[in-house]
Amino acid sequence: MTEIQFSGFGGQGIIRCGLITGKAASLYDNKYATMTQSFGPEARGSACSSQVVVSQDRVLYPYITKPELLVSISQDAYDKYEPELREDGILLIDTDLVKARPARGKIKMYGIPSTRLAEELGNRIFTNLVMLGFFTAISKVVTPEAMKKALPGLVPQRFLDINIRAFDQGYQYGLETLSKDQKKS
Amino acid sequence: MKKVKADPKGVLTGAHYLDGDFAIAEGALAAGCRFFAGYPITPSTETAERFAERIPFVGGIFIQMEDEIASITALIGAAWGGRKVMTVTSGPGFSLMMENIGLACMMETPLVIANVQRGGPSTGLPTLVGQGDMMQVRWGSHGDYQIIALSPDSPQECFDLTIRAFNLSEIYRVPVFIMADECVGHMHEKVVIPPADQIEVVERKWYDGPKDKYLPYKPDKDLVPFMVKAGDGYRFHTTGLTHDERGYPVINAECQDWNVRHLSDKITKNADKIIKYEEDQIDKADVVVISYGITSRVAYRAVQLARKAGIKVGTLRLITVWPFPEKRIAELAKKVKAFVVPELNLGQIVHEVERCSAGQAPAVLVSHCGGWVHDPEDILKAIKEAAK
Amino acid sequence: MTKETERPEPKNPVEDFLRMDRIPHIWCSGCGIGVVVSSFTDALRKSSFDLNKLAIVSGIGCTGRVAGYIKLDSFHSTHGRPIPFATGLKLANPELKVVVFSGDGDIFGIGGNHFIHAARRNMDMVVICVNNFNYAMTGGQVAPTSPTDANLSTAPYGNFEHPFSLPYLADACGASYVARWTCLHIRRVTKSIQEALDKKGFSLIEVIAPCVTLYARRNRLGDGLNLLKYYYDNSVIQHGADTRTLDIGYQGKMIVGKFIDRERPTFLESMNTHMKKALGDKYVPYGEQP
Ligand SMILES: Cc1ncc(C[n+]2csc(CCOP(=O)(O)OP(=O)(O)O)c2C)c(N)n1
Ligand code: SF4
Ligand SMILES: [Mg+2]
Repeated sequence: MTEIQFSGFGGQGIIRCGLITGKAASLYDNKYATMTQSFGPEARGSACSSQVVVSQDRVLYPYITKPELLVSISQDAYDKYEPELREDGILLIDTDLVKARPARGKIKMYGIPSTRLAEELGNRIFTNLVMLGFFTAISKVVTPEAMKKALPGLVPQRFLDINIRAFDQGYQYGLETLSKDQKKS
Repeated sequence: MKKVKADPKGVLTGAHYLDGDFAIAEGALAAGCRFFAGYPITPSTETAERFAERIPFVGGIFIQMEDEIASITALIGAAWGGRKVMTVTSGPGFSLMMENIGLACMMETPLVIANVQRGGPSTGLPTLVGQGDMMQVRWGSHGDYQIIALSPDSPQECFDLTIRAFNLSEIYRVPVFIMADECVGHMHEKVVIPPADQIEVVERKWYDGPKDKYLPYKPDKDLVPFMVKAGDGYRFHTTGLTHDERGYPVINAECQDWNVRHLSDKITKNADKIIKYEEDQIDKADVVVISYGITSRVAYRAVQLARKAGIKVGTLRLITVWPFPEKRIAELAKKVKAFVVPELNLGQIVHEVERCSAGQAPAVLVSHCGGWVHDPEDILKAIKEAAK
Repeated sequence: MTKETERPEPKNPVEDFLRMDRIPHIWCSGCGIGVVVSSFTDALRKSSFDLNKLAIVSGIGCTGRVAGYIKLDSFHSTHGRPIPFATGLKLANPELKVVVFSGDGDIFGIGGNHFIHAARRNMDMVVICVNNFNYAMTGGQVAPTSPTDANLSTAPYGNFEHPFSLPYLADACGASYVARWTCLHIRRVTKSIQEALDKKGFSLIEVIAPCVTLYARRNRLGDGLNLLKYYYDNSVIQHGADTRTLDIGYQGKMIVGKFIDRERPTFLESMNTHMKKALGDKYVPYGEQP
């Protein structure tokens, strides 16, 4: 069972990240995935998050308790959710938007300038897809094929291609990050 | 009872990733619901939104009424106009509906209401989970009557139980309630919608005898009267007043006795056909955890931990909450040491368990006021305590 | 649409429209409700409607009992709710013509919110409101229509509130047809009901009628005859009158007549037109008569 949390500020497509991941895992990767999101005033303000529990068996308890994967695309979200990340968890951040402290314990931290890469593709609204590609490469919880299959219906049809490109960029960046990481160790 | 295959126009066959609210709307469309009247209220609004988006391509009515009183009343009218009908709401709107839920029962009107429960009382916790309306759904309108209430624990079950709710409402001519909760309503999971020809839909119990012999409230063998709709030439009458088989008001104790017992009997005497629950490892259990809705999934985590610790614990998940599985609880009460009943309220269904167990096994409540689900540790503690 | 077989030559002209097995009715002698019912059955007799496609819905009150006596598909709903009930009935089965027959307290007190929205939507229905200036069924309490200074059981020192002018309200909300009569104007009431039945959209016919037992007795206004004389002396027919001028003071002048008769698309027409425009061929039209 893997507990994943996506976080950022409203409008960054954080809920979408959870939906795409959950849909990919449960419809195209033959796993179980339960997605929940923060509702209420919180969702309208600064830090918002969506959570996905992915498992080989049916998910019972629907919420995350101690996530092992945290994605933060804003400083507020990082500040708010990082303390809940598992000691041996993985933290993914946007390097331009999040000033991270040195990683706690055995936490592995990976960064990507997702917003900048999205802007290079034409619009910062693709940030979440760049981040999702990156997340997919690093976490290996869901296959990239499943993620891409999950996109129709969750991104506007006319932006489907560019969203896929954004995803691929992030994914590529993730693979490169991993290989550099391996060389280091 | 006439069963037919679902009308493919309303069925979105395939695997989807949906939240419970959306799944309720899809269940309704698959079941043949073509009339929805409602009023927005968190956390149920998404069902209304989904229905409003889908119905123009299916053929039917979505209308946002001026309040929940209007919504439920329009449903009753629309059911008598021949449609399968539904609305969704949450606590405050549910309270507003109470008087006319009684009218629906009295007129023996098939309709479906989903209550996506949030924390109460009053405005309470609009966006957060609760299970505080479980007694209200049973007793909230005045006088004696019976209803059917189902409790889904997942988006898939929101879909499945909505279809069942429509079928039960047609079979028994009674309001059927889907007592969901914010957590199930808002969580996304895989929902598989079968092909239309694999979905069984119960048709209304239409009368087809001679016109001049029609009696709107004459019970049939299964205790349920036949129905007609406005416009078919029967020129029938129906009223919220105590009435006889003709539907004419009769204001005396004798008719009251006949009428009220009938409303009750048609459900209680058919209870075995209505009640559904899911049991696990119950045979040798010392402790049985009884739960429903989202709480059953939380409880299950506690149960797994308890089993690891060597405790013989079984589970009983209520799928039908009302009518309550009295017989089964009474049977189990003879065999087990105790029941553990976690609920997102200060104790509602636990009283039913106590009543049915009649002193043979204690029922231990694990209460929670809502706003979040239980910490499984709290349920585990209660299981351990009860197993002693 | 007329089916002659449904309308045999009656022995008593109303027997075909009333549930004779429910007579005698519950109303006091001298009550005005029965008069309005007669006008209604007369309108049915004169109209060419297929009576099997006509439904009647009442709320609760003395007037609310009307549905029980009319031999149509008839629904006795809850207090204040006949309009949403009728809304559901009409939308579920658009070939029906739906009549709401209820009291002033029912439609404009507890049910006021439903009235304004049904009129705004131009929901296709005929609302016949018997205005007897009080909540009669429960014993003569003050109503939103009670004239200022009238005495009522819950306004024992006189009513100091300002009453609704029903036609003004209906006009402001967008009703297609609005008329007011007293139960002295039997033939005019009948004609208005006929016109409203033939009209698409939301109609209100207010009929001022005596409650002899409660309102009249408490205010020492005499018996039914005295009240009819008051209506005779004080009602002025003024078709098309400005609806802002229609307030009724205690035992004061009453302007009656047909005030509004206009064309607006009904709820269903608006829905179908709009959805066709928005969705094109993918839209499945609902309830359109061939
Ligand atoms: C919810 C509710 N509140 C109160 C009542 C009691 N009640 C019955 S009839 C009525 C007043 C009816 O007045 P109106 O509609 O003017 O009819 P009338 O009797 O004057 O014809 C009231 C208050 C009720 N039946 N239901
Ligand atoms: S109480 Fe008044 S309104 Fe009611 S029946 Fe008698 S006279 Fe008519
Ligand atoms: Mg009145």
